[in-house]
Amino acid sequence: MSVRAIGAPRSQQSAETTQWFECNEATHCRPRLHSSPYNKGAMVAATAYEPVIGLEVHVQLQTKSKMFCGCSAAYAGAEPNTHVCPVCMALPGVLPVINRQAVEYAFMAGLALNCEIPEASKFDRKNYPYPDLVKGYQISQYDRPFNVNGWIDIDVDGETRRIGITRAHLEEDTAKLTHKRERGSLRSLVDLNRAGVPLLEIVSEPDIRSPAEGRAYLQKLRLTVQTLGVSTGNMEEGAMRCDVNVSLRPVGTERFGTKVEVKNLNSARSVQRALEYEMIRQAEVLERGERVAQETRGWDDDRGITVSQRSKEDAHDYRYFPEPDLPPIFVGREWVDELRARLPELPDARRERYMRDFGLSHYDAVQLTSSLGTSTYFESVIARYANPKIVANWIQGELFRVARSLNVEVEGTRVTPDHLAELLTLVDDGTVSQAMAKGILEEVAQSGQPPKALIAERGLAQISDTSELDRAVAEAIAANPQAAADYKAGKTSAMGFLTGQVMKATRGKANPGVVNDLLKRQLDRI
Amino acid sequence: MAISREEVEHVAFLARLGLTDDEKRTFQEQLSGILEYMRALSELDTSAIPPTAQVIPLRNVMRSDDVRPSLSPEAVLANAPDREDDFLRVPPVLE
Amino acid sequence: MALHELTIHESLAELRAGNISSVELTDAYLERIAQVDPQVQAYLTVTADRARADAHRADEARARGEEAPLLGVPIALKDIFCTTGIETTCASRILKGFVPPYDATVVAKLAEAGAVLLGKTNMDEFAMGSSTENSAFMATHNPWDLDRVPGGSSGGSAAAVAAGLAAAALGTDTGGSIRQPAALCGVVGIKPTYGRVSRYGVIAFASSLDQVGPFARNVADCALMLRTISGQDPFDSTSLPEPVPDYAARLDGDLHGMRIGIPDEYFVAGMEPGVETAVRRAIDTLVELGAEVGAVSLPHSQYALATYYLIAPAEASANLARYDSVKYGYRAPHVKSVEDSYMRSRGEGFGTEVKRRIRLGTYALSSGYYDAYYLKAQKVRTLIKADFDAAFQRFDALVAPTSPSVAFPLGARTQDPLTMYLSDVCTLPPSLAGLPALSMPCGLSDGLPVGLQIIGPALGEETILRVAAAYERASDWRPTIPAIG
Repeated sequence: MSVRAIGAPRSQQSAETTQWFECNEATHCRPRLHSSPYNKGAMVAATAYEPVIGLEVHVQLQTKSKMFCGCSAAYAGAEPNTHVCPVCMALPGVLPVINRQAVEYAFMAGLALNCEIPEASKFDRKNYPYPDLVKGYQISQYDRPFNVNGWIDIDVDGETRRIGITRAHLEEDTAKLTHKRERGSLRSLVDLNRAGVPLLEIVSEPDIRSPAEGRAYLQKLRLTVQTLGVSTGNMEEGAMRCDVNVSLRPVGTERFGTKVEVKNLNSARSVQRALEYEMIRQAEVLERGERVAQETRGWDDDRGITVSQRSKEDAHDYRYFPEPDLPPIFVGREWVDELRARLPELPDARRERYMRDFGLSHYDAVQLTSSLGTSTYFESVIARYANPKIVANWIQGELFRVARSLNVEVEGTRVTPDHLAELLTLVDDGTVSQAMAKGILEEVAQSGQPPKALIAERGLAQISDTSELDRAVAEAIAANPQAAADYKAGKTSAMGFLTGQVMKATRGKANPGVVNDLLKRQLDRI
Repeated sequence: MAISREEVEHVAFLARLGLTDDEKRTFQEQLSGILEYMRALSELDTSAIPPTAQVIPLRNVMRSDDVRPSLSPEAVLANAPDREDDFLRVPPVLE
Repeated sequence: MALHELTIHESLAELRAGNISSVELTDAYLERIAQVDPQVQAYLTVTADRARADAHRADEARARGEEAPLLGVPIALKDIFCTTGIETTCASRILKGFVPPYDATVVAKLAEAGAVLLGKTNMDEFAMGSSTENSAFMATHNPWDLDRVPGGSSGGSAAAVAAGLAAAALGTDTGGSIRQPAALCGVVGIKPTYGRVSRYGVIAFASSLDQVGPFARNVADCALMLRTISGQDPFDSTSLPEPVPDYAARLDGDLHGMRIGIPDEYFVAGMEPGVETAVRRAIDTLVELGAEVGAVSLPHSQYALATYYLIAPAEASANLARYDSVKYGYRAPHVKSVEDSYMRSRGEGFGTEVKRRIRLGTYALSSGYYDAYYLKAQKVRTLIKADFDAAFQRFDALVAPTSPSVAFPLGARTQDPLTMYLSDVCTLPPSLAGLPALSMPCGLSDGLPVGLQIIGPALGEETILRVAAAYERASDWRPTIPAIG
């Protein structure tokens, strides 16, 4: 991607935060489209054309210092121009020195993305004058990148597809440029804090065939770098940025159509929306018998449309040449093996383990491993409550629902893994019923109080103590002689009625099972 | 080999170097002359020769990921042609 | 003998003996600068106060019984080295008023060694030139004939040492910018092996070629300066890890068993007869000293000029892209947009030769021409290096002229870039191969100094300094400060 886009100011529109929320949004993305003026296009796009999609994703690596100097890379929220030194402000005479950690993170990501790691790689200068590019060139990798020919598998609607990864190479981030209008004059302001932060650019093959796949691919990349611990993957903070290339071709044909690049995508959701929008827009153009213009467009998240960017793309000539200030990098087998040994359990392996060790369905396993937070949560609950299937159901059912209503991620609710484990134990020992437990879960989410304390405080515990219930049962029978008679006459339905009376009398706290036994015993004695 | 005025202008744009018409003319002549001289290299068959980008035998020169002190914003902005608060200020970017 | 005529070793002897103080020595140089520099114009900036403060500190240190290799010795720096708090312009309008917040590694090393900083010397803008006439601020004059150029690009440093305006000075050499001015000004200058001296804080021209080196009045002083500035630097990934020998300690001994090659290709057509005569005579002296001298061919030397003037400008076109008037440097007035600011600030801020090379380099790298020009040049560079590798199988050192001509008149070559480029024809090949090479005086031609170039294999500094010292002892040349004006 052009360095201009890396440095371009990003929309403040905050992105969705959890997997289920995205799915949920995605599903009611479509109706909204159908009600749009693109109705016809939507139908056409859905039927006559197939999209060919490729993604270019930039991932900020979370090293302590910058790519080529010792300035702190933790610039988020810092005052402007406080993380800057002679090297990252490109003073005359300075030279870059490679951050080993960034290189190792790049290789680890490559390994996790099933890439080949060529023995020799090098850095190159990508020449492109722009105010956010302090040296007038970006140190990047051209013909000898660190990682090539990889792939990842994505799951969409229960189907697994393999997406090829062309390359993943290391480069440096640009400064932050802000365009100002107020206070009279038009001008742009430059903050150099971000300049020189390590970036991993991951380029996919044009293997993606639907907006949903595009979104799933991006989420899988994010999950992978988060699992590796090489990046926060936080798209709202710009730690992960995405450009898409999309073209349409008549279904069943092989030749690629004219490619349009869409920039400024800051969330998985906007990737899907932008792709859906472009498919329809391009389909309309084609249906009008016109040709799609090869261009760069920007995604306007607020308006939900892509806008043509007047761009000198044709005039770009990056004049790549080998960076003379940096000797090449040679990875021996030992180094690669050492890095491979440092890889944690990756999402696919974790999903398989959940199916194998916990007997979870493929669907459940995918759901629980779809975000690092969820799988971590799941594993800490089952460490305290050893029934994975029940835990899985509760997380995907109740907890997802509660989290959704609060618009946070599972691990963001006030229901800690301890709380959930405790609650499930209380259900098992009959302290509370399933039905009550669901209510209690919501209360815990509100108050953050441990379930036990909450139950005690509200006196929500079930009454299973027979001596206490005997009286209530006797009263119910006494008060409803007709029902008792019906029961004796063989009308078992009367039993349900009487149970209901007892439950009412105990304000639902009676253990229905116990009540049933007592009723039987007393009625039989009559 | 002669270089066209269009090429001269494209190069000037790539290099972001403003050119007066006089400069365009003289540069067109001089660059053509210099490049003519450079043609001498094409006499050599280098099809089997690897390029030399660096003459030193070094590889894998890296530093450990340690944070070092940065400059103060005042030092960063000390030589700036223009500033606004603690930002560098540049004329508007016309896309 | 006046204080400014002393070599570094002589000055150090006097300082250590307590016969003079560094303040006296420094004042003598400042006085000399006040008298003579208006004619020579070697200095862009004279840092008198800083110099006196350095000298005072040096005297105090010595009084405390401390020692350092250059304690109290006044030196000058080409204005290409970043110096904290001291304007550093690279002789370019685009950097007028630029004050670095950091020191180049070599500047820090010299300070550590106790050197006294007299000032920053004139040069061709961004080191692009062979006469110091491309300075945006003034031309420097050759102390041997004020109507002639001192050579370049480190002309100010060479002239300063030649005129007794500094005991020694640092310059940089990309294609001959130390050796050629050393030759034209009659002083000793060495370009070390690429990577021997840190480039950190040295304003870049062509990164794969730039190297820092000293000027001094004799070989021993040059060796001492070189040792002081050499060594690996964690801030320069291309600096070499090999330990630095005590060059000055190994300068004795004759040349018995030393195999010295004379490359035919360096005695080029158009070489001035006076230059050839002086160089041939020097070679005879080497034979008398016991060296085994033989002819050697470096067949690809003829392609060095074309190769260099593709590779260096290409790298320069990127190195000079940072001068965009955003973070520092000249900004044209009333610019309407960033695009406008780039075009005009750079168009007005850079001089003609710099713009010529940026364009040439940009062209050589641009799509469609990369393979034909830049890549081709890199391949020929391989062949040129291979020539030397073969030659050093048979020889310990190579000896040749430094420049085909003596100092030429100011203005004589400014109109035709190619003629100016040809001044470097003898110094370019070793630069492309990254090899150490020095230039030392080997007599006069028409009253102007002639330079003898001694080229060594990679990290062969000791060898070429030994050859130089032996020749220096045997020749009738003595360090001379010409009468100015």
